[in-house]
Amino acid sequence: MEALLDVSDLSVRFDTDDGTVHAVDRLSFVLGEREVLGIVGESGCGKSVTMLSLLSLLPPTAVVSGTAHFGKIDLLAAPPSALREIRGREISFVFQEPMTSLNPAFTVGKQVGEVLRRHLGLSRDDASRRAVELLDLVRIPAPERRVREYPHQLSGGMRQRVMIAMALACDPKILIADEPTTALDVTIQAGILDLMREIRERLGTAIILITHNLGVVADIADRVLVMYAGRKAEEAPVDELFRHPQHPYTMGLLGAFPRRGVDRLQEIPGVVPSLSELPQHCAFAPRCPRADELSRSEIPELRRVRPDHWVACFHPGMNGASP
Amino acid sequence: MSYVDTAAADVLSPRARRRRLMRRRFVRRPLALIGLGVATAFTLIAFLAPVVAPYSPSETDFNAVLAQPSADHPLGTDELGRDILSRVMWGTRASMQAGVLATVLAMVIAVPIGLVAGYYRGWIDPVITRVTDVLLAFPFLILAVGLAAILGPSLLNATIALGVAAAPGLIRVARGETLALREEDYVNAAIANGAGDARIIGRHIVPNMASTLLVQATVTIPAAIIGEAVLSFLGLGVQPPTPSWGVMLSDAQSYLSQAPRLAIYPGLAIFFCSLSFNLLGDGLRDVLDPRTTR
Repeated sequence: MEALLDVSDLSVRFDTDDGTVHAVDRLSFVLGEREVLGIVGESGCGKSVTMLSLLSLLPPTAVVSGTAHFGKIDLLAAPPSALREIRGREISFVFQEPMTSLNPAFTVGKQVGEVLRRHLGLSRDDASRRAVELLDLVRIPAPERRVREYPHQLSGGMRQRVMIAMALACDPKILIADEPTTALDVTIQAGILDLMREIRERLGTAIILITHNLGVVADIADRVLVMYAGRKAEEAPVDELFRHPQHPYTMGLLGAFPRRGVDRLQEIPGVVPSLSELPQHCAFAPRCPRADELSRSEIPELRRVRPDHWVACFHPGMNGASP
Repeated sequence: MSYVDTAAADVLSPRARRRRLMRRRFVRRPLALIGLGVATAFTLIAFLAPVVAPYSPSETDFNAVLAQPSADHPLGTDELGRDILSRVMWGTRASMQAGVLATVLAMVIAVPIGLVAGYYRGWIDPVITRVTDVLLAFPFLILAVGLAAILGPSLLNATIALGVAAAPGLIRVARGETLALREEDYVNAAIANGAGDARIIGRHIVPNMASTLLVQATVTIPAAIIGEAVLSFLGLGVQPPTPSWGVMLSDAQSYLSQAPRLAIYPGLAIFFCSLSFNLLGDGLRDVLDPRTTR
């Protein structure tokens, strides 16, 4: 598969007054053309920080290292002006909060058109015509009328569709969706996911989907990357991951996911560790039923356990057995 | 998938609907309506003074010096036999001019400075904030009097002095709004879509603080009107014989025991004019506040 985005050894830390927080630790991953990559993990495991760091959208207290090759450009070394050209045009974002991500002072048509005028230099008329097409593309009914409405007149699902329309306005190569369905109710979620799948089919946009919901990942992703405490815990194609989870953390997440025939959900004991101190051992060890002396003294390296299936664990496998 | 189309029957455009809502909210506030009415009346008088005033403000009638109110002179005359009603009407011009222009000047100074401080922060923010704090330590009128004294007495200089003196308060408001607005999700979304600083400030921050600034303006206008009267009273503003409420009050001092109305009428004019703008500002603040439900 042709690599569209090649991230290697990405580390992010925040130097704050209360000490240093290590949000992401030597993370590497690849995104192929037309691929949907799911990034999964609990709150605070570094999913969003990873994505924001790619386009330098983090606050100035963040210290980012590593490389992220997008075509010929290393995003992490690119000057701000180059990044501004890439943001919204080559790589665009959809955020979690559709309710507050639109400017209340302008109609949605103006806001969609704004991106077009900024990047493609369209005239006011062309931009507003294209905005109607885009709203139609994201399946908003009666787009000619909706473009003239203000954000407060739209429902949450509609606003998220508008955000997606804005993100798709310049036909980007990569769409990064940060928990796009979390703030929406379940029926609307399904509609948004259908839309994203359709976008991939029709426009060939590669999608990085950040979520803590394995159901969403199972629904749409091709490949899944499980993160824990700023590190990659496991990475595999989606079917492989669901059928043969190797990392005890992944298995914990799957156990906490409602399925037919299972009455009681299993929770993972304990909480995500504070990232102010990067542990020099397996970060999951304090919560792991398989942890032993080795887990508590060394950092597990990524190992390939099956074709295309990587895991960072000393004791991988299903049900504690060796794979 | 299908959405219930609630807006289909509504023929009004969203903008018109929003305006109608605002208007309805405003109409429900009697004090705001009175404020609007009186402020409009003063504005009209300022523009139409040459037409509506019965006499020229400097026309003297030595047969009626310090005359009691009569059919010829509804509010009486002053020590030179000038018609008080006409002078109050002409005085509205100086007051409104100073009030409005000083406010515009204050906005022009304060908004860009507040935006820069709030948006870029860094080293420039503390510098601007400290300087503003120092200036705010002086009462508004003291600052205005000091500046007017430096600039020299004239209506234009008084207006400049008032505008500059009103700027620090507005800088603080503009900076605070900018700080809050730049943390909004839609600003982050705009940055993620490749918007540069100018676009973010111009399209996202300024439009969203416009209502706050409008309310501030309606509060600054009466302060500047009173300020103009004070400066003119002290001889730092409008120079006699040009009529101004402050000048009239100043002249009235010597005749306070014989003809208190010389001071009462311009005083009432100042009172009602500034009160009307304050009421209007309160009303606007309530109406434009999205948390208002009435």
